Parts: sequence; C-alpha cells; structure tokens
Amino acid sequence: MTAAGTSDAGQTAGTSDAGQIALDAQRLSLAFGGLKAVSDFSLALPAGGLYGLIGPNGAGKTTVFNLLTGVYRPDTGHVELGGERIDGKKPSHIARAGMARTFQNIRLFGELSVIDNIRTAAGVRTRSGLFRTLLRTPLHLAEERAITERSLELLEVLKIAHRREEQAKSLPYGDQRRLEIARALATEPRVLLLDEPVAGMNTQEKREMRGLIQSLRGQFGVAILLIEHDMGLVMEICEHITVIDHGVTIARGAPKAIQDDPAVIEAYLGVPDDAADPVPAPDAAPRTEAPEAAGPSSDGPGEA
Amino acid sequence: MKSLQERVAALRPSLPAALGRSALPFLIAIGLAYLIDAAIGPAIGATWRKILLDVGIAILLAGSLNIVNGYAGQFSLGHAGFMLVGGYTAAWLTFYGGIHWFGVKGTYGGFLGAGQLLFLGSCVLGGLVAAGFGALVGLPSLRLRGDYLAIVTLGFGEILNRLVQITDRQPKRVEDVQGRSLFELANNLGGAESFSQIPGYTTLFFVYVFAFVLLVFAYRLKYSSRGRGLLAVRENEIAAEAMGVDTTRAKVVAFVFSAFWGGVGGALYAHQISTLSPGELSFQKSIDIVLIVVIGGMGSITGVVLGAAILVILPELAREFADYRMIVYALALVVVMILRPQGIMGVRELWDTSPWRRLVQRLRGGQP
Amino acid sequence: MSELLQTTINTLAVGGLYALIALGYTLVYGILRFINFAHSDVVAWGGWLAFTVAGAAGWLAEDGAPVFAVVLVVIATMGLCAAIGVTIERLAYRPLRSAPRLNVLITAIGVSLFLQNVGLKLFGNRPRSISAGTALIRNNEPIAAFADVRILRFDVLPIVLSVALLIGLQWLVYRTRMGRGMRAVAFDERVASLMGVNVNRVVTLTFGLGSALAAVGGILFALRVDLQQTAEAAWVVLGLKAFVAAVVGGIGNVRGAAAGALLIAFVEVFVHTYIVKAFPGRLWIAQLQDIYVFGILILVLLFRPSGLLGKSSVEKV
Repeated sequence: MTAAGTSDAGQTAGTSDAGQIALDAQRLSLAFGGLKAVSDFSLALPAGGLYGLIGPNGAGKTTVFNLLTGVYRPDTGHVELGGERIDGKKPSHIARAGMARTFQNIRLFGELSVIDNIRTAAGVRTRSGLFRTLLRTPLHLAEERAITERSLELLEVLKIAHRREEQAKSLPYGDQRRLEIARALATEPRVLLLDEPVAGMNTQEKREMRGLIQSLRGQFGVAILLIEHDMGLVMEICEHITVIDHGVTIARGAPKAIQDDPAVIEAYLGVPDDAADPVPAPDAAPRTEAPEAAGPSSDGPGEA
Repeated sequence: MKSLQERVAALRPSLPAALGRSALPFLIAIGLAYLIDAAIGPAIGATWRKILLDVGIAILLAGSLNIVNGYAGQFSLGHAGFMLVGGYTAAWLTFYGGIHWFGVKGTYGGFLGAGQLLFLGSCVLGGLVAAGFGALVGLPSLRLRGDYLAIVTLGFGEILNRLVQITDRQPKRVEDVQGRSLFELANNLGGAESFSQIPGYTTLFFVYVFAFVLLVFAYRLKYSSRGRGLLAVRENEIAAEAMGVDTTRAKVVAFVFSAFWGGVGGALYAHQISTLSPGELSFQKSIDIVLIVVIGGMGSITGVVLGAAILVILPELAREFADYRMIVYALALVVVMILRPQGIMGVRELWDTSPWRRLVQRLRGGQP
Repeated sequence: MSELLQTTINTLAVGGLYALIALGYTLVYGILRFINFAHSDVVAWGGWLAFTVAGAAGWLAEDGAPVFAVVLVVIATMGLCAAIGVTIERLAYRPLRSAPRLNVLITAIGVSLFLQNVGLKLFGNRPRSISAGTALIRNNEPIAAFADVRILRFDVLPIVLSVALLIGLQWLVYRTRMGRGMRAVAFDERVASLMGVNVNRVVTLTFGLGSALAAVGGILFALRVDLQQTAEAAWVVLGLKAFVAAVVGGIGNVRGAAAGALLIAFVEVFVHTYIVKAFPGRLWIAQLQDIYVFGILILVLLFRPSGLLGKSSVEKV
C-alpha cells in the first residue's frame, strides 16, 4: 500500500492519525569519542503511522534505535513518547512506557521455549511482585493465566503457534524473526521499532512479512518505525521515509520524493561517471533489492 | 487484541480457592518434614540420619545459590559469606539469648517450646541479616559480568570472613554473659577462634521444613513472570531490558532472596555442628556449593536436589576413598565442563524430560 | 627514617612478588579472556617443588647452600611449573577454547581444586620453613648497613629477581617476534591466525611463561612466610591479591601488572604500617590489610574497570 498524496517533504495524511504524535524525537546527537555517530536526528511518528528509516551500511540507523530505546543516552536532544519525556531513561522504563523493538541480530532467549519468550515480555504489564508470586495470590494467578492466554493469541497471529513449546534457538530463521516481533508485541507497545525484519528472507517470506507488518497497525493500534535495506518493501509500505548517512539526515519525505532525491542516490551509489551508463530512473527500475554499492549484509561488524 | 489487565479481572480465582492452593504445598511440606523426622529418621541409624540432615542443608544452600547462578546467570562465588553471616547471627541470638532468657547454655524446652521458637527466630534473623548483605553484594553485580563478578563475590565473602575474625572473644561462662546486654555482645563472636557451644537445635524436621519451603518458592518463582525475567537476564540481558525487565532490580532481588536462604542454611548448619569457625566458611565452602549447582544443572530445581544428594551421599559410600574425594570432584568438574557443561539436568526439570513426558502420557491413557 | 627505608624496601619486595604472579594472570587474560583460577595453585606448587628439589639435592642443610645452587633450584622449578602450566592448558582449557567464558572459569576452579588436593597428597599437609633457618640462601648477612638500616641479602633478592624478570618479559613481549604474536592474539585471535600466527603455540608459550614466573613468586613467598600446605587459604589469597594488582593496573597489560602490583604492595605494606601506627593499641586495625586490597578491587571494578593503564571496550547492541 503506497502512501496517498505525494508532497516533497513533510508528512502525509496517509492512513495515520496525523493529529497525534506517538513518538517525537528532536535533534538527537551522539558521539563515541571523536566519532559522531548520529547528528541532529529528528522524527515525528504519528499514532498508527508506518515510517521508514534507511541508509547505507554503517549509516547509524541502529544507533538511532538504540538512542530511542534508551540503550544509549543522547548527547543532545530529547525524545517524547506520547508526550512523556523518555530520553535518558532505562530501556526497561521505556518499554513499560510503550515502545518496543526487535533487533538486527536476533536476540531471542534461546534456551527458553517460544511461548516463554513471549510470556517473559508480557510480564511487563503485570503488577504482582515477588511476594505475590511466592504466595500465589489471586492477582498473581489471574495475571499468569492472562499472560498465557494472550501469548497464545499472539503466537496464532504471528503463525508460530505450532512451535510454542520448542526452544527458541532451534527455530528456523524466518520463525525467529516472527517470534521477535511477537515478543515485542507482548509488551503492548504504542510504538514498535523493527530493525531489518526481513533481512535474509526469500521473496515469498518477504511478501508474507510485508502483509503482516501492515496489518499490525490495525490489529494492535501500534505505530511502526522500520529499518530496512529492501527498498521495494520500504517504498511500498512506508508513508514517510527518513534517509541518513554517516549519522546525518540527508533526506526526508514521501517515498516518491526520496527515490528521486539526488542526495539519496549519491549516498547509495556514489557520484556516477560520465562515461558509464547513466543511473536508471527509479521509476524504471523494478521493485527489488536496494541498489547498494556491493555492500555485504548488515550482519557484519559494522552498524546499519 | 485485548490487553493483559483487561483479561485479568475475568480470570481471577476466588480467594478461598487461591488460599487453599497457595497454602497446600506448605502444609504438605510440614507434614513430610515431620514424617522424615519422626518416622524415617529413627529407622535409619545415626550415620544415615546425619547424612540425611546434611543433604537437607545442602539442598537449602545449593537451591538458594541456584536462584542467582542458575536462574539469573550471575556467577556468585561468595555464598559461604551468607552462611557465615546467618550462622553467626543465629548463634549470637541463641547462645547469648539463651543464657539471658533461659539461664542455660544448651537447648531448652520441648517441641516448639520457648527454646525452639528462639531458634526459629534466630534462623529467620540470620536470613534477614544475610539478605541485607545480599543487597550489598548484589549492587556491584549490576555492572560486572562473568569472571569479574565471580572474583568480586569471592572478595566479598573473604571480607565478611575477615570481619568476623576481628571480633572479640566469646565469653563462655554464664556469669560473664549475664552481665552484658545482647547488643554489647554483638561484637563477641569469637574472632579468629571458634564460636562454640551453640545449642544443638537443628533437627531433621527443621531442616526439611525450610528446605521444602525453599523448593516450593523456587518452583513458584521459576514458573512465573519474575522468574522468567531472571532467566531472560541470564539468556540475553540486553534483550531482557528491552522487553521491560528491570534487570537491575531483578538481579538485586535474586541476590537478596538467595542470600536470605543462604543465611538460613548457615543458621541450621551452626546449630548442627555447634562450633562455628571462620576458616570453615570460606570460599572453599562456596566452591562446594557451586559444585552442586554446576553438576546438578544450573537453573534446575530437580538438578540441584539430585546434585546435593549425590555430592553428599557418594563420599559417605566411598569412605575409604575419602582422601581422594576432592581430587575426584575436581576432575569431575573439569570433565563435566568439557563433556556436558549443562550438568545433569541443564536448566530443565525432571518433568520437562522426554522419558517423564512419555510416562505421564501413558498413564493418562493417551497414545505415545 | 631508617624505618621508612625498611618499609620502602618491604614494599618493593612485596610489589615485585605480586608483579611476578600478576603477570601470569594478565598474560592469560589478555590472550584467552578468562581468569586462570588455577594460577595461584601453580604458585604454591612452585614453592613446594623448589623445597622438594632443594631437599633432594641436599641443599637444605643448616649452613645453607651456595649461590649457584639457589639459581639451579629456581631454574629447575621454573621449568617444572612451566611444564605444569602447559599441560593444564592442553588438557583442560584448550577443549574449551570456544566455549562460553563462564564454563572455562568453572573448569579453572576444577583444575585449582585438583592441584590443591594432589599437592596435599604429594607434599603433605604440614607447613615447612625454608626461610632463614634452613636457609636456601647462605649467610643472610647485610649487604649494606648504615644508620640503623640493614639491607639484607634476603630483601634484595626478591627485588632484583622481580625487576630482572620483568625487564626480560617486557623485552620479550615488545621486541621479539613471539611477543608480537602474543600481542596479535590478544588483540584478535581469529585475525592473528589468518595472519599466520600459530595461536596454539602462542597460547602454550603464554602459559609456560606465566607459570614459570609464578614459580618464582611461590619461592619468594615461601621465603617470606613459611611454606604452607597447598590447600591452605594463604595461597589463594596471595593469588587473589596478585589478581587485584593485575586488574588495577589494567588487565591484559604487562606494564599495568607491574604498576598495579606496586600500588597494591604500597597500600598493603606502606599505608598499612602507618595506619597501624596512627591507631596504637587497636589490634583489629592490624588485620585490615586484606580488606583494603579487596576493597580496592571492588572500587576499581565499579568505577574504572579497565584499570589504570587499560582501555575500555564496549559491547555492541
């Protein structure tokens, strides 16, 4: 589903609730020693929106996610989730506030079963502490039952219910990615950050994932920010895209505008030689993999 | 999809039902402990009684360490320190308190009489003081991983050991004790010599009541959100934090809870052997306890029980080889780590294994 | 003034002792990223093997032994301990080269227990004395004496030995091909092997070196205090303090180990002596040395885990 209405920059009406901003990041910066990883990053994700974050390898995309979720503390700028300031807070606090994520290099609880992975995340919405747990009070019992019930439903939606007792680490790759999403959804987030959800998948799996991601908004009322390298996917489903390179935002706007933006093309392909074939117009190119310059998959030592 | 709290109201069991379910295991525990003390104990002779007692205390110590090392995956080598704290605290209360309030140095009163109640109180007090130290030890754990945490916890254990060694000597005559208040006597823990003549209150009953209660708690913890949070910290701390598990809190709580029961174990130990000396409760003891957890399976309750039983009973069976016991243990540790690092059970329980499941299925009449 | 000098000499001697042992920890950690728990037991074996060798050669008689005998004993012990270290690595640690670090730590504990208890069987469980009485060093006479100070041969030996070995190690690590290999493996094992470094040989060498130095540490320690039985806590505490020295200086760093050792010795000897003097009559203050050292460990790990001379590393999310 492409974004309705094309303006060069700024947000579109699309199907998102443009009135409510679910996640508001303003002028985030982070430097590691002398290296500026992220410079002046801003983003306003509306409730129910589906936004994309793209850029070449090492551009700093996952670092942005880490800044948003509290893994790193920004040097400057701040982040608001549904109006509440969350920058500088611990990741667990931010998860409780309603923002969940998946990881670029899958981080499941390998030895635990599939359903226990989900149940663990669901625990963030419980109120019983250690004493209630040890004494098995009615509240605790009710919460545990509710957790199991909801976890099973999540497994059904993500189509991995048949594997619920298996160890997470023994799952096939595609199912592991689904499990990561299910686990993030178990925390009942208002904002979901997906870090390369279709990396390493074949065309069929990607198609399924695409449908799944789009349906998440309606089913769970969640706003989504997506990091991906698959340009076809990003252009198709995102309402708005931010492009960063070396930590700097180089373009922002509707997919069509991004495709035509020379700065974006240059970042991905470099400046074209005069002699060689001219860069094909994005319209003419089939909707396939991103035209990156021979980059290896981003599971390498660098950051996305 | 409905949120969690929306469902909770509908799924709430009634209070009487929940109360019954909650209390039942404890009643069974007390019953079993009484059975062991009254029926099994007298039937097996003095040697085996002692072994049974030792197994019970080992279960208590290893089971509590399992919470930190097994569930939370934090490698603590300082558990003997909690034993030390709990043991000395309890001994202080029963020895000096006994003289103050009962006027005698040995045990006093009958079953659940004043003396035994004082003893129970001392166990709980020992646990609480140990729990306090557990918080102290847990705090550095927040920023340390693996090897370093092990060394720091070892260091803590040694510090506690040293601290006991600089206390004053223990006045043993009734007159000497009665003239001074309990608080004054808090510094008279025997120093580098031993603290002796601790009343021998420890019986099979008390040991197994505490041990079973701990096992029930360990079970309930493991199959709950809190417990899964700990296991998540062990599996992948960064992901756990991202999924809303307050890893700081989880780790400190694990240490505190574990330390409490370690202290109780120490208190029971003190009142069994009657003489506490700091040299005995040093890192060697910590390593003995770690051995049980590692071989039984880090994170497994049944594993810990098995490990405790094996590592206490085996040396008794092979008395002639007592000299070589430690050498065998040492080799066993190395071999286990190379060939089967998850120990006997790994993180699974007996009821998770396939043979058990097949048995249960067959008993239920289903097809395998 | 003379006391100041005496205390300083003590500090240097203890510092040298710690440095030799700390190097074993830091070299192994630098290369394999784990704490060799069994190192302190190799130290203990060093002391005992020296005693055994000297005894077998009849050099423990009342009138002491000639200097060359001492040298021979030290070299022989270094060789034996190096062999022990290399064997341990080969049998217990190499199979776990790619296992989680925690597993290796547990294995190291097992090896430690093994060495302790076999040592107990081999060497007996009574402490022995190889200090001035049944002297390994003949004629513990002052090398120099002025004012009220007597610099005994006894005091000088550990310092000279430590400094010499440290300089030798420094040369090895920073000026030889083998040393370059060690540093490469410490930096990145996989890349080093791709560059043609024989990782196994480097690891073997590291363990051999560390254990040889440990042997000297054990001998020096046994000269200061009596030779305690191998399962005695004193050895583990010694190892622990040396480990603290390695961490404080920056684990994985040769110079760091020496710096850390000096600092720990300074606190334990120098600072402690003057604190005791400042609070006369309070016996318990005199027993706080160990607590200082452990306290330093905890503080360093909490606030500056990379140590004084080390560099920090960040985990990638």
